Amino acid sequence: MTTTTKKSSTGASGDGPAPMQRTLLTGSLPRYFAPALLAGVAIVTGGLLFALGTFSIPLFAVFTVVTYTVLVTLASARIESGRKAKDRLVTAVVYTCFGLAMVPLISLLWTVARMGVVRLDGYFLTVSMNGVTPTMDAGGVYHAIVGTIAITGFAALVSIPIGLMTAIYLVEYGRGRLKNAITFFVDVMTGIPSIVAGLFVVALWMVFFGPGTTNGAAGAVALSVLMIPVVVRSCEEMIRLVPNELREASYALGVPKWLTVVKVVLPTAIAGITTGIMLAIARVIGETAPLILTAGSSAVAINWNLFDGQMMSLPVFIYSQVRMGDAINYERAWAAALTLILIVMLLFFVARLVSRFFAPKFGR
Amino acid sequence: MTTTDSSATPQTPKGKRRIGDVVFANTASGSGILILAILAGVAAFLIIQSVDSLGANTANFFTTTGWDANTREAPAFGVAALAFGTVLAAAIALLIATPIAVGIALFIAYYAPRKLASVLGYIVDLLAAIPSVVYGLWGIGYLVHQLTPFYQWLSTSFGWIPLFAGPVSSTGRTMMSAGIVLAVMILPIITAISRDVFLQVPQAHREAALSLGATRWEMIRMAVLPFGRAGIIGGAMLGLGRALGETMAVAMILSPALVISPHLLQSGNQTIAAHIALQYPEATGYGVSALIAAGLVLFAITLVVNMGARYIVARRKEFTE
Repeated sequence: MTTTTKKSSTGASGDGPAPMQRTLLTGSLPRYFAPALLAGVAIVTGGLLFALGTFSIPLFAVFTVVTYTVLVTLASARIESGRKAKDRLVTAVVYTCFGLAMVPLISLLWTVARMGVVRLDGYFLTVSMNGVTPTMDAGGVYHAIVGTIAITGFAALVSIPIGLMTAIYLVEYGRGRLKNAITFFVDVMTGIPSIVAGLFVVALWMVFFGPGTTNGAAGAVALSVLMIPVVVRSCEEMIRLVPNELREASYALGVPKWLTVVKVVLPTAIAGITTGIMLAIARVIGETAPLILTAGSSAVAINWNLFDGQMMSLPVFIYSQVRMGDAINYERAWAAALTLILIVMLLFFVARLVSRFFAPKFGR
Repeated sequence: MTTTDSSATPQTPKGKRRIGDVVFANTASGSGILILAILAGVAAFLIIQSVDSLGANTANFFTTTGWDANTREAPAFGVAALAFGTVLAAAIALLIATPIAVGIALFIAYYAPRKLASVLGYIVDLLAAIPSVVYGLWGIGYLVHQLTPFYQWLSTSFGWIPLFAGPVSSTGRTMMSAGIVLAVMILPIITAISRDVFLQVPQAHREAALSLGATRWEMIRMAVLPFGRAGIIGGAMLGLGRALGETMAVAMILSPALVISPHLLQSGNQTIAAHIALQYPEATGYGVSALIAAGLVLFAITLVVNMGARYIVARRKEFTE
């Protein structure tokens, strides 16, 4: 009933030639129409742009998508109905949205790979910038890799126990107002800007160690402020997935609660917890802003000591090279960016593999 | 109802508290309380360290645009221009990202083939895994050069709108470029939240719409969007929170100036986060303390936005359960 009134009101915009008899089968475009039209439009636009001599991929994509969307909507409005035309229009828009999101991802990965390989080699990965003047054709990122490993490792060492224990509290022990408060503020804490975490440590260190103290440990504490909430969220979700029957079976055998958590709940959820922790590490390993404030941005030598002196890290290395601004600096920055992306991707993929292959098997 | 339940279940014999249980339970709740303490500590230490410079400030902190803080005598600084720039950059990012993110979420939830959906979601998550400094490098080393011709065209065609007024910056290091990169960076979070809410729409609602003869779009408009509106708003606000606090992309791309200017295609404006990152290494006198005061303002803004977002998302969750 409603459909017929709608059809007559919106169908007017299609201004069909004559009121035709509608059955279920009249007025529907064949299934192959949309892909065929898209291919046709792509070939025509591509040819036209080539003929005009202004071919470029963005122009080609924009013209093809716009022309296709207009044509498919018009065709559908003419042959099918106004409602179906709208549906096809939205379908085209939704597909375009997804395509649009792929553009920066592919462009970024491709650019970094293309520019990064110029300088990324064994030499670049194994020497520091010690004694290298900014414009000299030498130097590498070894000191930055050392710093990244030390700072991120220390941050993980601080965050994982706190985060995991909080997750255990939230699932196994928490109740009432304290639990709600912690859940809410952990969520809020995920939204703390990374630079504010850096400033917090600056303020903290000012009180305890005097102004201007920069060292790797300060950077690690700043990163833990950002990492703890992420660890809590992912561990909490994973521990919650452990079936209650397992806990009850353990209690029934007289096992104390804390041993149940340690020996039954955590081993069952260990794959998910590992994945969550690796993703959290992948997230903070690329943090730059807090490290500029806390670990310094001018270290050039290899420094393994978290408690003494400035410490370079890969993200800060990229930033400080860009700030110098010469061609050689950009080459170093791109190569360091490629290194960083490779590390992050590696963490990301290993995390996925862990969650896929070591997930607990509940079935028999 | 729940309280009576939980008080009735633990019928363990009293007086047999195991030492391990006590220690473990207290460590767990201690960690939780520690998190609350850290959050309170962030606010407390920022306030303590900013009081110093705010007391010495000779200008109004909230209405001054200049930043003359690297001195011991009569510093005069304010966050007016910085706050404006922060909101402006985040607003551009949000305007670009929200519609696209909702489109992507709809695509993954209802348009893409079922088997592909999880893979596609994973690809979008990859966007979130890329470090912000790499986005900054990509923006300054590649994207701005691609965007400059587009800005020229935008300015000649729509220059009568003040936002797009010329002369266009020849380097492309403008608020618009920063906003576009920020939009890319907040896409994944808005997409993830919207997608989750879209997938929660009861199947009965969707099937009811389809069985009445609705097209796919009508089903989405009548069943999915009304149900998912809170999720979209909450996701957008979380994205806003992230855009407000993002440092590196803006610090590397924007050519800053402490002015309040609506011209997106010219260089100028600056955000709080980027200002802190750029100024900190050279800060002397009251400089560091003043930057901490600016950070406190940023912290307050993002806290309000994030709490609002969480509240909206959480309320929707309670409603569906």
